[in-house]
Amino acid sequence: MQRKKECVAMLLAGGQGSRLYALTAKIAKPAVEFGAKYRIIDFPLSNCINSGIDTVGVMTQYEPLILNEYIGNGQPWDLDRVFGGVHILSPYQGKVKSSWFEGTANAIYQNMHFMKMYNPEYVLILGGDHIYKMDYAAMLKAHKDSKADCTIACMPVPIEEASRFGVLNTKEDGEIYEFEEKPKKPKSNLASMGIYIFTAEKLFKYLELDEQNPESSKDFGKDILPAMLNAGEKMMSYKFTGYWKDVGTVLSLWEANMDLLGDEPAFDVSDDSWKIHSRNPLAPPEYIGEKAKVSDSMIALGCEIQGKVEHSVLASNVVVEEGAYVKDAVIMAGTVVKSGARVEYSIVDEDVVIGENAVVGAPKDSGLGLDEKGCGIAVIGRNTVVEAGAKVQPGVIIDAMSNIK
Amino acid sequence: MTAVGVIFSSMNEENIPELSNNRTMASVPFGGRYRMIDFALSNMVNAGITTVGLMTKTNYQSLIDHVGSGKEWDLARKDGGMILLPPYVDQNETVVNTRLEALKGIIGFLQRRKEDNVVLCDCDGVARFDIQDILNFHEEKGADITMVTHNHSIVKTHYYITLKSDKEGRVNELRINPPAKGKADVYVNVMVINRNYLINLVSNAIACGYTSFGRDILAKNLDSMKVYNYKFTGYYGGIKSMATYFKHNMALLDKDVRSELFSARDIYTKVKDSAPSKYGDDAKVSNSLISDGCEIHGTVKNSILFRGVKVERGAVVENCILMQDNVIGENAKINCVITDKNVVIRDRRTLSGCEALPYFVQKGMML
Repeated sequence: MQRKKECVAMLLAGGQGSRLYALTAKIAKPAVEFGAKYRIIDFPLSNCINSGIDTVGVMTQYEPLILNEYIGNGQPWDLDRVFGGVHILSPYQGKVKSSWFEGTANAIYQNMHFMKMYNPEYVLILGGDHIYKMDYAAMLKAHKDSKADCTIACMPVPIEEASRFGVLNTKEDGEIYEFEEKPKKPKSNLASMGIYIFTAEKLFKYLELDEQNPESSKDFGKDILPAMLNAGEKMMSYKFTGYWKDVGTVLSLWEANMDLLGDEPAFDVSDDSWKIHSRNPLAPPEYIGEKAKVSDSMIALGCEIQGKVEHSVLASNVVVEEGAYVKDAVIMAGTVVKSGARVEYSIVDEDVVIGENAVVGAPKDSGLGLDEKGCGIAVIGRNTVVEAGAKVQPGVIIDAMSNIK
Repeated sequence: MTAVGVIFSSMNEENIPELSNNRTMASVPFGGRYRMIDFALSNMVNAGITTVGLMTKTNYQSLIDHVGSGKEWDLARKDGGMILLPPYVDQNETVVNTRLEALKGIIGFLQRRKEDNVVLCDCDGVARFDIQDILNFHEEKGADITMVTHNHSIVKTHYYITLKSDKEGRVNELRINPPAKGKADVYVNVMVINRNYLINLVSNAIACGYTSFGRDILAKNLDSMKVYNYKFTGYYGGIKSMATYFKHNMALLDKDVRSELFSARDIYTKVKDSAPSKYGDDAKVSNSLISDGCEIHGTVKNSILFRGVKVERGAVVENCILMQDNVIGENAKINCVITDKNVVIRDRRTLSGCEALPYFVQKGMML
């Protein structure tokens, strides 16, 4: 008898995340740092293990080095298993053909043999660019109880924003009768979260069919889901009401970080009943100096703070020297803010040096440097050096490994 | 030269009975997120040692919980790795008491290993020993035994050894519990010894009915054995009393000490996946080390906070060491206090000790 896993998770982590610009110049979006000590992928991986799903395929394609190294053998998430565990799935060369993953459905299709190794009854499809805590086991139970062929997690969004999502039109019992991908005039406010549970044999069937269709764009939202619906398969919605944030843009990434702050944060990562696991920095406790002033902030291990930090999120081993001022900022690991420098309303990537008296960004309420979406966040890519006294204007995006004079 | 590590987890517990009452010396918390054994283990691992025998005596549940399979130190290995060596007790015997008896119990382990040398290490010191350098010294001198010392004022404890050595570093005088006057090369309970030599020493000692490694073996045989003194000159935090425990924790607030111990970021410890610490609107933190999972709304000055400590609004914490999951209530004021794990200080309480005699609050107390 073949050993089996009831449910295998497939995590789509190959996207470039182009709307994060410099922040994903050298790393895949799921590997972008979030919340002082996490990377985005910690959330779906932790959700998996906390939901009892211990077999996860992570499909990578774009700049996979840091992501692969980060996931490693999966031990930080307890996903180093004798049978199962987390596996990195890269595009590969086959005997007949070899190709990059073309679209989300094709990425899963190309890894069909991986799923079949575990002979699963169900397959959970996940994205790697959302911040949320979700019990997939409850969703799986709903899927089984309703005897659906596919269950799509969704959440109510303001109707004016619904056109950015795949929208589910459902009957009273939650059964989906129509699926519209980014409709101009949405009929409902139920947005698909890009989280699907399929009954495995149906998934395999429709992936095969889709692969044979030369017209297909090989995308779940555009091709697989409509095809199943048209064929009369039973598709259910699964309503989720917790915190869920797409961190695909500079503004939403900043907002999601800020959502961690405050006495009653919009999103709480310190909840022991649903731990977010991550690879931990090897660092001593953070040191807050004699003259430091830290308020309304989240600070990770290994930081050395001598300056003033307000309403900010600082990842491990960040140094803020005396006289420096950091406000409304997200600063990623290993960055140094030298004395007298000011960093406001900014996202500063890993291992950046901000020189003495340099100025990055402007006060959040200054209204300077706004783009068409009203975002004036200054962004500095990894390993950049902002020289002493230099200025980075609000709303400006500095590429990784730059030198700003 | 290859070496296998042996760690004595329970030696010197008498120095700090308050903290070692329910745990081994090795698992005494230190420096905000460490346990004493982390320094011994990390020093060994950083010297390329891949097999470490961990000797336990009693009360070692907290130790086992901390070290687990050894994976945090890269010691979960097929070949060697971390090997727990609980006491071997016959029906008619009592649990081992002396170092020599403990070594007797692991002769089999030592015989099975293939490394040239054994690094013996206690868990009563906080330091970044370069064990590779000590091994090189040992080899250069052609020593049978190399004892690591640190020159400092003698602090009286139940058992300590001082050495004198000639220009070459060969030990010509070894004193046990000499009068505590002035500075001396004090043995820091780290020793390198040839493995086969150690096996012979211990086997002979058993045959002769000896009980003390220091008194019966080392002190009596300085002429015939080549014992060398390796003088460690870095920062050494010997935990000899609650006052020194307090002092060496607080020393981490000094940039130079912190930098010597931690700037290489190679002191490993168990991780608990706590969230990063949060500082509230009214937080006032200065000159303090704060671990992950803390939540601070009050004032914290000159203190060390372990994981998951909560300091409520209006609370004032000064010169304190607060261990895991403490809660300091609103408007409570504490000064020179060491709290063990899971202590709750209720709202508006005031507690105060002094540096020489920090006030200690036992595990799980609610005051």
